[in-house]
Amino acid sequence: MTWGVGANDLANVMSTTMGSKAITAKQAMLIAVVFEFAGAFLGGTGVTETMRDGIINTSELSEQPLILIEGMLGVLFACTIWMNLASYIGVPVSITNALVGSMVGFGSMVLGSDAIHWHQVSHIAMGWITSPLIAGITAYLLFISIQQSIFVKSDPLAKAKLYVPIYLFLVGSILSFITVFKGLNHFDIHLNFKQDLAVTLATSISITILGMLFIKHIPERANMRRRERFLQVEKYFAVLMAMTACAMVFAHGSNDVALAVGPLSIVYSLVMNSHHPLGATDYPSWIILLGCFGVISGLLMYGRKVIETVGSAITALTPSRAFAATLSAATTVVVATSVGIPVSATQTLVGAVLGVGLARGIGALNLRVIRNIFTSWILTLPAASLLTILSYKLLHAFLG
Amino acid sequence: MGSIFNMFGPSPIRPIEQHMRKTYLCAKQLYPFFEAVLHQEWVTANTIQEKIASIEKEADRIKRDLRLHLPTGLFLPVSRTDVLELLSAQDRIANKAEDIAGLIVSRKMVIPDALSDMFMPFLSRCLDAAKQACKAINELDDLLESGFRGSEVNIVEDMILTLDKIEHDSDQKLAEIRHRIFELEKDLPAIEVFFLYKLVQWIGDLADHAQTVGGRLQILIAR
Repeated sequence: MTWGVGANDLANVMSTTMGSKAITAKQAMLIAVVFEFAGAFLGGTGVTETMRDGIINTSELSEQPLILIEGMLGVLFACTIWMNLASYIGVPVSITNALVGSMVGFGSMVLGSDAIHWHQVSHIAMGWITSPLIAGITAYLLFISIQQSIFVKSDPLAKAKLYVPIYLFLVGSILSFITVFKGLNHFDIHLNFKQDLAVTLATSISITILGMLFIKHIPERANMRRRERFLQVEKYFAVLMAMTACAMVFAHGSNDVALAVGPLSIVYSLVMNSHHPLGATDYPSWIILLGCFGVISGLLMYGRKVIETVGSAITALTPSRAFAATLSAATTVVVATSVGIPVSATQTLVGAVLGVGLARGIGALNLRVIRNIFTSWILTLPAASLLTILSYKLLHAFLG
Repeated sequence: MGSIFNMFGPSPIRPIEQHMRKTYLCAKQLYPFFEAVLHQEWVTANTIQEKIASIEKEADRIKRDLRLHLPTGLFLPVSRTDVLELLSAQDRIANKAEDIAGLIVSRKMVIPDALSDMFMPFLSRCLDAAKQACKAINELDDLLESGFRGSEVNIVEDMILTLDKIEHDSDQKLAEIRHRIFELEKDLPAIEVFFLYKLVQWIGDLADHAQTVGGRLQILIAR
């Protein structure tokens, strides 16, 4: 299951990074491994909660934990089948969609539609529509701001030197926001608001300085031609892009891994404390660890091929565009995750890429492919729900 | 798997630039070609004419590829019709160059001595126009980089203005050379005169088409 996430989802999330060739395939794998773990461990709690208790009213089932266990296993089976099937036929699907579809399918089939928190489900569905939209608008604005401050000027290189630190600070603050606010809570360090702000600020500034150090090391020739200056500016953005990729993978880890292990954590808490299954709010970290290993092995075994193909393919995506799209998507996912709404990192990223395209930033976008991508996501809902019901029935027949 | 990567379609910018460079390379061959013709070196002229024809074919291949890879479902930073119109305009330069060389070789046309002092400056002015158009088109990738805004647009606008000046200049030279042919009319066979008029008109067309390319580029930018 998480293997499928790694093969399909994580590779998608890295697509803009690799498309812009800002980093090598090896660096990409390293970033993916480190930040996927970090994201899942430090950032994911809120979403798992939503997944566990937000969609189905599990309290009705506290008398019959077996049904719930069967149901969750059914959900896992269905999603695994669907994700791998989708990977096989070559459509990118969203794990978020599959899981929510499965949960709703199981809930409405077994418990009747009353047991589903429709209110919560509609919130999630709203999130799916709004997150690509918000990411798209953010990406559009971010790209326009880069364009107006750097690319339209008669000396883009000088302007880039002036403004890139600001964008570095932006990336830094988002990276530190997600790590500090989320991570410190995880280690039971509770700071008050002022301290939080101070720590975030300090981390952002140090990240900015780190980025500037990288940029200082980019060799520069004197008296560059006009054309070469653009290339030089793009080298700056490649550094920004690499850092944004970290944030994006972190966001993906905190959102999608946490989601994927959601059903498993329900099963676990039911099996371990069957007396009061819903009292348990904590879940063991080995479940997340397991999820991470699945995702990473999926990426290493399958996504690696994809990343390498994309890295060598010719795409019309320069680091500055990739940066605008990825940063917007990462921010949107992080914000959504921190309020506990599971959104799809891939969908958000596609929305952001479209935003940059609307700002006349990308050579060509294939609308037909994008339409297919969105269709496959919508199709995921009924398909996952049907598969869940089917596998639940099978499991029920065998076990019950 | 991986169809999310397919959302980045093939960008038409590079092929357009390639096509223009090929087109200019094709037109540029006319200079050594006419030097050979003026000196009556028909072997050299024939080889260059073949070279022109083969470069024109290469340009045609790029044109066909680009047209095939520009389906309607593509979301471009520039209008799709403008790209295709620009491509046709560029294509006309290469075609005209091929026609000119073909006409000379097949008729074994001799440029009268009375024309030779005006002929090469006129030709090179027309080729200058094509060169300037090529230069402007080669700014397209930088235009994309700057999102078709700002100082990069001004640079290209200036190039197009220069192109217009060159074309105007070549028009004057064409008028002069036509007048010279008119003065020669009574000394030359009628059919020869007819084709001389046609030849200089076609060479003038090179500059006209180059100007059209500039105009199309301007429309493309100003969406």
